[in-house]
Amino acid sequence: MSLFKKPSREPLWRDEFSVFSNDEKYVSRRQFSKFLVLTSLGMFVGNLWVLVRSWFPHKPSYAVTPIARAGEIPIGGVKLFPYPSLQDQCILLRTGDDTYVAYSQKCTHLSCAVFYSAAAARLECPCHNGAFSVRDGSPLQGPPRRPLPRIVVERKGDVLLAAGIRLES
Amino acid sequence: MEQQTSPSSKKGVTAIDGAMALIVILLIVQIWLVSATLETYLAGHYETALPGAIVSGAIFLACFGLYLFIERLDEEFRDH
Repeated sequence: MSLFKKPSREPLWRDEFSVFSNDEKYVSRRQFSKFLVLTSLGMFVGNLWVLVRSWFPHKPSYAVTPIARAGEIPIGGVKLFPYPSLQDQCILLRTGDDTYVAYSQKCTHLSCAVFYSAAAARLECPCHNGAFSVRDGSPLQGPPRRPLPRIVVERKGDVLLAAGIRLES
Repeated sequence: MEQQTSPSSKKGVTAIDGAMALIVILLIVQIWLVSATLETYLAGHYETALPGAIVSGAIFLACFGLYLFIERLDEEFRDH
């Protein structure tokens, strides 16, 4: 038994391409199962690709950027800043005398801009009534299931610096 | 006019259909497996990648085995 191709009396082109237009609609069981097995091979290759990517995880490096001066924002106040690129808006909150937290402003549901609700003391998304905790960015209500990406805030003297993004799942 | 088919040939076609149905079921499971592995990978959980790839490989081998079975049956019953 030949594994891949049964020896045929017909030339290969006639075997693979039907001459009669009616035969074009006809797919044999063997051809169909060949397509299925090739799809299965494709899925396996996809899994291998994920495996290889997981062995060599891409760790992005972020620049350390000054975002605000300490004391610039009142307690309970916010400041918007772009990080890491100009297109990525983030929100910096002052939660105490010397405590600052910053998150990406993109809602993890459908990327609407979240805002700080001082009355509810949480970050809210106006699109689908999603809400996130100020403490750790975890979702509190609505459709978002993942927390907001957290911006690592460091203090150097009088300057607050954004020093990276922490993704939590 | 209806073509006459021998009982053994009919049995062979049934076996081929059964094997094909099994391939389809395995493929559905494999598609789900790829999407689940990819989703967990994108969520930052890398520990599912290895078992996902092993199971996916096993499913592919099973599908390939069934394909060889179909080829063999097809050849056998065509010759009769």
